[in-house]
Amino acid sequence: MYRIVKKELLVPNTIYLQAEAPEIARKAQPGQFVIMRVDEVGERFPLSLAGWDEKAGTLDVIFLIMGRSTMKLASLSEGDCIMDIVGPLGKATEIESYGNVLCACSTFGVGPAIPLAKALRERGNRVISVMEARDEGFLFWEDRLKEVSDETHIASGDGCRGKHRRASEFITEHLKSGHKLDRVFAYGRVFMMMECSRATRPFGVKTTVALTPVMVDGTGMCGCCRVSVGGETQFTCVDGPEFDGHSVDWEVLIKRKRAYLREEAQAYDLWQPDNLRKIAGLAGLPERSSAV
Amino acid sequence: MNDKPKLNLERVPIPKQAPEERATNFDEVALGYREEQALQEAGRCIDCKKPGCKDGCPVNVDIPGFIRAMKDGDMPGAVRILKSKNSLPGICGRVCPQETQCELTCNLIKKGAPIAIGRLERYVADWEIAHPEAVERGGQEARRNGRRVAVVGSGPAGLTCASDLAKLGYGVTLFEALHVAGGVLMYGIPEFRLPKTIVQGEVDYVKSLGVEIRLNHVIGKIATVDELLEQGFDAVFLSPGAGAPMFLDIPGENLSGVYSANEFLTRTNLMKAYLFPEYDTPIQVGRRVAVFGAGNVAMDASRCALRLGADEVYIIYRRSLTEMPARLEERENAEEEGIIFRLQTNPIRLVGDEQGRVRAVELYETELGEPDESGRRRPVRKPGSEFTIEIDTAIPALGTRPNPIIPLSTKGLELTRWGTVLTDEATGRTSKDRVWCGGDMATGAATVISAMGAARRAAIDIDAWLKGSG
Repeated sequence: MYRIVKKELLVPNTIYLQAEAPEIARKAQPGQFVIMRVDEVGERFPLSLAGWDEKAGTLDVIFLIMGRSTMKLASLSEGDCIMDIVGPLGKATEIESYGNVLCACSTFGVGPAIPLAKALRERGNRVISVMEARDEGFLFWEDRLKEVSDETHIASGDGCRGKHRRASEFITEHLKSGHKLDRVFAYGRVFMMMECSRATRPFGVKTTVALTPVMVDGTGMCGCCRVSVGGETQFTCVDGPEFDGHSVDWEVLIKRKRAYLREEAQAYDLWQPDNLRKIAGLAGLPERSSAV
Repeated sequence: MNDKPKLNLERVPIPKQAPEERATNFDEVALGYREEQALQEAGRCIDCKKPGCKDGCPVNVDIPGFIRAMKDGDMPGAVRILKSKNSLPGICGRVCPQETQCELTCNLIKKGAPIAIGRLERYVADWEIAHPEAVERGGQEARRNGRRVAVVGSGPAGLTCASDLAKLGYGVTLFEALHVAGGVLMYGIPEFRLPKTIVQGEVDYVKSLGVEIRLNHVIGKIATVDELLEQGFDAVFLSPGAGAPMFLDIPGENLSGVYSANEFLTRTNLMKAYLFPEYDTPIQVGRRVAVFGAGNVAMDASRCALRLGADEVYIIYRRSLTEMPARLEERENAEEEGIIFRLQTNPIRLVGDEQGRVRAVELYETELGEPDESGRRRPVRKPGSEFTIEIDTAIPALGTRPNPIIPLSTKGLELTRWGTVLTDEATGRTSKDRVWCGGDMATGAATVISAMGAARRAAIDIDAWLKGSG
């Protein structure tokens, strides 16, 4: 059992959790993820690591409420326990001295972007961070991102903070205006990562994306999380989760992520009526969103 | 004392759920002998002077000994004899391929049906569960000798090595990647062939020997093998299992509705998807299911699909019945339940719809040519034999490749060209000092009992080596 130390509703539908997992905290590296199972009947699902504290023995995650499992996780309070946390899984990000690096992030991707930007900067890179949000009300952790970046920009769907509405627009303009980028990282929803990859492709800037397909064991044993990258089948859990965004077959990824939408809805609808009390505290509850 | 038994050449049949009934539930298929049936079958054993059965057992169970105890009415004695060599009799009695091992070397086979050793083993193990006070279970913790061994993976090999070493006084920590112990016994083999309460019971027995089980520990990630050795373990036994499933390598393999057998079985058995939505993990089966391959795992997957509600389940196999790798008993069970065998048939591609869901498979028929390097006749495409069947689910059950996590994270661990860990068969030693290996990671996919045999040999060698090293 893994105790929840801190919990916060960051913005509507977006939850931050800090949980005790000292052994994982000791080994975690940027780019890695954990698999959780909330309770005895729960499913296993992956969440990117948004941070860890070796001394305190804790790890951080940020997640969106998408269905029954994430709703269950969101309904736990500080002091409650998560039944299972496995990790750190997946390959760590290759932190090298690239030069000018841009980290684009949105929603749950803001979490893992912070340890990434920090590590990149410690390695001597110049880090430009671009946070994408639907509107002003969905911005969070801007201060934390600033702390680990040389430059921080906001791309907001409502245009509240400058002219760029999407991270990909920022990238395109940045490159078009003659700035040099040596590497781009994009963490967040599939569409956003896909758009960022499209933006960098004409300029030949290698773009790393972190994929979050459906997973079961997370250790390479079942192949549920397979994706097509450069025509090869890869297992996200052991070969990834980071891949070259220019080689990912996005269509396969999106279709596989949508495979269980019907079951998700069914499970959620059955769970929710009995648990309204637990979730009453969560402001801005979601209209159920697609898994992408 | 017993009278000298007459030579009886017919074995007592084991009661089973009727095929039409069992095809709709996940309860155990074989119901096990009742007392009189077990004693009748035990009574067929002639207790020969030179028993062949023992030599056929990879862990050398004293088979004549436990059957003798049964005949003498000493069930606690039968349990003790059995468990002195095999910590997992309830499992082995159910899933061992006895027909190629102990029962094949039973002397009665020269005249008629060999003793049903597996069924008797199961009877004894189940008797112990039903009579928990009859045999001292707890308090068996051996006196600690102060040395510590890490065992990686809690499948059949890991459980065996851990219990053997614990009985010898070692402090054993068993690391398991999943949220329950048991490995393939839990995620792979279905409930109707091996009830999970039986596995849990045998895992609890291993715990009662003083073995510490640490779940949710992926060795190679949370700690490397080298770190385990640095952290004070005197030796490490690697039994992480076979790992990565193979796919068909044909177009369409990444469509939704295409599950590796590992995934299909893991969702069903470990995650209890057959109880969805009571359990959270879903599974999609649809009306028609095609399982590719014809080993025991293919039989398990096809029979699960049937129980999950499929109307038609096909086993698609490129060779013929003669070459089929599944146990005869499992094949017969599958046939009785209505699994459709499409033999000498091979897939060309999987066809999907706009949502990316599998909808059909294109196949061709084969003819069998000359034997290939595996000794089995090579399937050759029959010209003009192409045809298509509509399916909702495709399940490749083609075996596994070694999981890369441990090889990639362990310094100085030599691998074979198949990616398995190079291991001395007699001792389980690897190329790395203080590291042993057994089970599928050493041999490639094999049986529960062969993994247990390898683990037993490694435990003996670890003990000898650690004693020698002072």
